[in-house]
Amino acid sequence: MNDRAGCDPFDVPSTVHALELSHVVKRYGDITAVNGLDLVVPEGGCVGLLGPNGAGKSTTMRMLTAQTIADEGQITVLGHELPGDSKAARARMGVVPQLDNLDTTLTVEQNLVVFSHLYRVPKAKRKDAIERVLGIANLGERRDSKVDELSGGMRRRLLIGRALIHQPQLVLLDEPTVGLDPQVRQELWALIDLLRSEGVSILMSTHYIEEAERLCDSVTIVSHGSAVAVGAPTDLVAEHAGRDAVEIYGSPERLIEIEAEMAKEGFPTRRTGTSIAVLGLDDAAGRAPAGERRPANLEDVFVLLTGEEIA
Amino acid sequence: MTTLPADQREPGRLERSAIGGVLVREIINFSSYWRSTTFSSTVEPTIYLLAFGFGFGSLVSVVGGYDYIDFVATGTVATAVLFSSIFPAMFGTFIKYKFQHTYDAILAAPVDTEELVTGEALWLAMRASVYGCAPLLVGLVFGLDPSWGMLAVPAINFVAGYGWACTGVAIAGWLKGIENFNYVTSAVITPLFLVAGTFFPLTGLPEWVQALAQLNPLFHCVQLVRHAAFGWEGWADVWNFAFLIIFGLLMWRVAIAAMERKLID
Repeated sequence: MNDRAGCDPFDVPSTVHALELSHVVKRYGDITAVNGLDLVVPEGGCVGLLGPNGAGKSTTMRMLTAQTIADEGQITVLGHELPGDSKAARARMGVVPQLDNLDTTLTVEQNLVVFSHLYRVPKAKRKDAIERVLGIANLGERRDSKVDELSGGMRRRLLIGRALIHQPQLVLLDEPTVGLDPQVRQELWALIDLLRSEGVSILMSTHYIEEAERLCDSVTIVSHGSAVAVGAPTDLVAEHAGRDAVEIYGSPERLIEIEAEMAKEGFPTRRTGTSIAVLGLDDAAGRAPAGERRPANLEDVFVLLTGEEIA
Repeated sequence: MTTLPADQREPGRLERSAIGGVLVREIINFSSYWRSTTFSSTVEPTIYLLAFGFGFGSLVSVVGGYDYIDFVATGTVATAVLFSSIFPAMFGTFIKYKFQHTYDAILAAPVDTEELVTGEALWLAMRASVYGCAPLLVGLVFGLDPSWGMLAVPAINFVAGYGWACTGVAIAGWLKGIENFNYVTSAVITPLFLVAGTFFPLTGLPEWVQALAQLNPLFHCVQLVRHAAFGWEGWADVWNFAFLIIFGLLMWRVAIAAMERKLID
């Protein structure tokens, strides 16, 4: 479980990190929302912040724009120390919030005009910047539509496009596809992938495993406010879950029995809701239980490391 | 003044581009709702003016040496400024913070709370400056004599409006729920509105009320507007204006403190 020991998964000097948190703590009264979190986004990398609800992802995102001030630890964004130097960092960073905060009575284009001012795009470049974003977000034909009239997917594209108006070096995406249907999610993934290919550094919080698996070079899995695993998705799967998982079905009582049996055998297990997935079978040889065999995935690791109970 | 090297300089405070960004957002938004706002901001004081002017005007023709309608027309300017700055500040701030999450978006950009509050208050002060002239224009139609001093009214309105806008932002920042606004409206704004010499001169009120009225920014605004229309009164008006500026600066800092507490945790 201790992936953090000595662990820069990217093997690059720290000066080129787009973002770095070390031992960051944030408390609200008796509750410790973020508890000694370490997190690195290398320049040009796409890192997923993966964790269940209440793991501290949103608090972490707010700390990166200095809307939440850490109690302990250090945060550096694009070479700027936070919170003191946060404004300089914010000028070169784009933020896509989880909650849609577009101006709904304005048109698509008006929303972009407002943000071209807030992000200080020079007057001579404003028009081009807006055209570029309309292109990226594929909203050129809807430029004069009020935000109220857009579909959920279009609104999300505008929200992402808005964050790109000043060609930021780093983009923060807080649960970018939450609550959207699969088609729209694919559309947004393509958009995020485009950013990645342009060399923009990305930090993305999500609890959709597939999203992290597809888009991220590296993920940091957080639980109760601290990182419990860091690495490339495939490495994490290999390390924590092994090549294959075996799923065993049965009545709820039977599943509890299986869990106990596997624990005795020394195999990690995780519940899927309808079955027990037995993991860590790479060296099990003949001791592997009978059941439905399938490749292990990041979700197995996620549930294994962040616990099964819902906080 | 010596210039510090870039790495020793404080990150800029109250930057024009940041305040400008906040203003641009308000101005573009205004283009989508200006009709209704302008309607209520101009029609409401006009109704007050006509109702009091003609209603009371039929009972009393001269108040404090002025025609009653002239007295009310100048007094209502301050009321119009108050209503068109403090209420939009209270409700607008609360809605943008709580329901539209606009401030999250603005503070994620290179804009600090201080600049956000300043931009919002400047915009409301500009609006109030213009809307506040409506009663005066209506008064002119109903026989108020024009004077050069009236050209100072937009500036008086702006300063007073800035203070009231900051007060509204501070209230929104301080109160937890929008339902609590009723307490402030009833317990604070209504008395301020009535004990300011708008509709009747303060001279008929008990002395302690008159003394308290000296602390009411609205009273100083009423005085200034009236003197602008009917003749300046030297140092008294310097004091009235100074009072409004002090009020504006004080509430500006209070509003920033209240919003920082609310927006940054």
